Amino acid sequence: MNTSSKRGSLVELSNLVRRFGDVTALDGLNLTLQPGELVALLGPSGCGKTTALRLLAGLDLADEGQVIVDGQDLTNVPANKRDMGMVFQAYSLFPNLTAVENVAFGLKVRGVDETKRNKKAQELLELVGLSKQANRYSHQMSGGQQQRVALARALAIEPKVLLLDEPLSALDAKVRTQLRDEIRRVQLEVGTTTLFVTHDQEEAMAMADRVGVMSNGKLEQIDAPDKIYANPSTAFVATFVGAMNRIPAILNSGKVSVLGQSITHGGGSNASSLVALVRPESIEVKISNTNDAKSGVVLARSFLGPQTRLTIKTHESNTHIHVDLPSSEALDLISGTNVSLKITAATVLTDADGKN
Amino acid sequence: MTKIKSGSTVTPKPGFGLNSVMIFGALFFTIPIISAFIFSVQVGDGSYSVFAYMRMLQDPGLASSLWLSTRLALMTVAIVLLLMVPTVTWLHIRAQRAKRVVEFITLLPLIIPPVVTALGILNSMPGFLLNTPYLLGFVYGVLTMPYTYRSLDTGLNAIDVRTLVDAARGLGASWRQVLSGIIAPNIKSAIFGAVFLAVALVLGEFVVASLLLWDTLPSWMAIVGQADAEGAVAVSVLSLLFVWILLMVLSLLDRRRKVRVNVGGMA
Repeated sequence: MNTSSKRGSLVELSNLVRRFGDVTALDGLNLTLQPGELVALLGPSGCGKTTALRLLAGLDLADEGQVIVDGQDLTNVPANKRDMGMVFQAYSLFPNLTAVENVAFGLKVRGVDETKRNKKAQELLELVGLSKQANRYSHQMSGGQQQRVALARALAIEPKVLLLDEPLSALDAKVRTQLRDEIRRVQLEVGTTTLFVTHDQEEAMAMADRVGVMSNGKLEQIDAPDKIYANPSTAFVATFVGAMNRIPAILNSGKVSVLGQSITHGGGSNASSLVALVRPESIEVKISNTNDAKSGVVLARSFLGPQTRLTIKTHESNTHIHVDLPSSEALDLISGTNVSLKITAATVLTDADGKN
Repeated sequence: MTKIKSGSTVTPKPGFGLNSVMIFGALFFTIPIISAFIFSVQVGDGSYSVFAYMRMLQDPGLASSLWLSTRLALMTVAIVLLLMVPTVTWLHIRAQRAKRVVEFITLLPLIIPPVVTALGILNSMPGFLLNTPYLLGFVYGVLTMPYTYRSLDTGLNAIDVRTLVDAARGLGASWRQVLSGIIAPNIKSAIFGAVFLAVALVLGEFVVASLLLWDTLPSWMAIVGQADAEGAVAVSVLSLLFVWILLMVLSLLDRRRKVRVNVGGMA
């Protein structure tokens, strides 16, 4: 198929600012997408990720900053001149058109003749596994099928950039996982530079080459998914991505004293009252009779398949801590068992106390 | 107890109360029309004749007034399609906050008396329009606003306009292509409704046309009615039939579209 011959574009978002009245939705965003790369913008509602995507699409205009694609400044270019394919969170197929007509729409407005555009639309429907549904209208298709058609429609114009605005959030869990894999497969096959916006960290981690975590209109950190998880650069990233324990700690000469251990400070808050941020899988548990700062009692256990999550109350601070263990190692750790705790992480981040 | 077969669809039968209301409603609307028809075909000796219809159809005033009303109806429809559809769409996608103000403005023709409207028009319209019947077309464009706005607004509320517009714009469509290729086909029923209401109002409006001294169909009917009561009633029945036929044509066109869209089913 022709689409595979066209590789992605270099996208540069430079110091983008967007204000809505008194609210600054995007506060100086700098982001570069390498050709063919899939970058996920991850963050809570209102963090500015969709605003960034809409500014790149041209559906909204920036108050400051630049949008540059392949060296061309598109900041003030209208949406219909930008050559960007977009898949929306809401079902966006045109109800008056069939699947194949939807996919061919972008080519039709570009003046491509009917035979060529229908041939290409059929090819793309085949790519997303819907060639048999070509003549169906949107109300005759499931949500997952509609989003697949929307993906084919976005790719039909051979866009410089593919923009995905939470395209899976309206789907049920099983379809979401299937379509997630399918979008990634198609994106790799076509090679289009892709910006994917989501609030679902599992989606972002599973699909993206790099994940950018946003908060309050700013990009907190952008890195490969494993690095974002293992080496978060800020307390926000650490707590937003994956499960995280917040355990009372004391900072002393670059060392964090937590659960009776002294661990190297990995950054974060220097406040007098602070908490250490420790992942559930970074804590070892052993049955013990001790009753000190390093020990606690098992309150509850949740079976999660290959892993079991224990909820442990520490003796000294009465803090509730979650610990993830392989299920085979958690068989004897029933409620009421006294255990000793050991943090295995080489460094820990800290955050000011009093937050969730 | 009523037994219901598994897998069967049960349609509740209308009860006595509902039937009574429907019969009362039907009689309320049909009795005056039937009475008017009988009056128009009754001759002095108690026999029946279509002479009044023949007389009216041969009157040159009917053709000229009907032609004027038709032109005004077409002009009003053009205003609805070219001005109202884009404006209401724009309100939905870009100016949601202004909707309440516009809704209020669209109600003004119902509040302001026709005499005031007519005087206002005479004093505010450009001179070259004052001596042409097209002046009335603009007036009718305004007078139909309360109905056309609501019909279009309801149609646009039924679809996710903003997402559809964003999707079409992102795919490279110009605003004209968005309106004609995406918005209009998806609110066709609402547009048909607005057009029908506009046509019905133009074909029935008497006060402003009379005040501005133009012989539209209703004005001509009023003049004829002063000398020939049966003839005027005959024309009323004919104009009613004309509007009904128009409504049926519009409904059929709309139904054909729906049938086309619903062809095929879920596998």
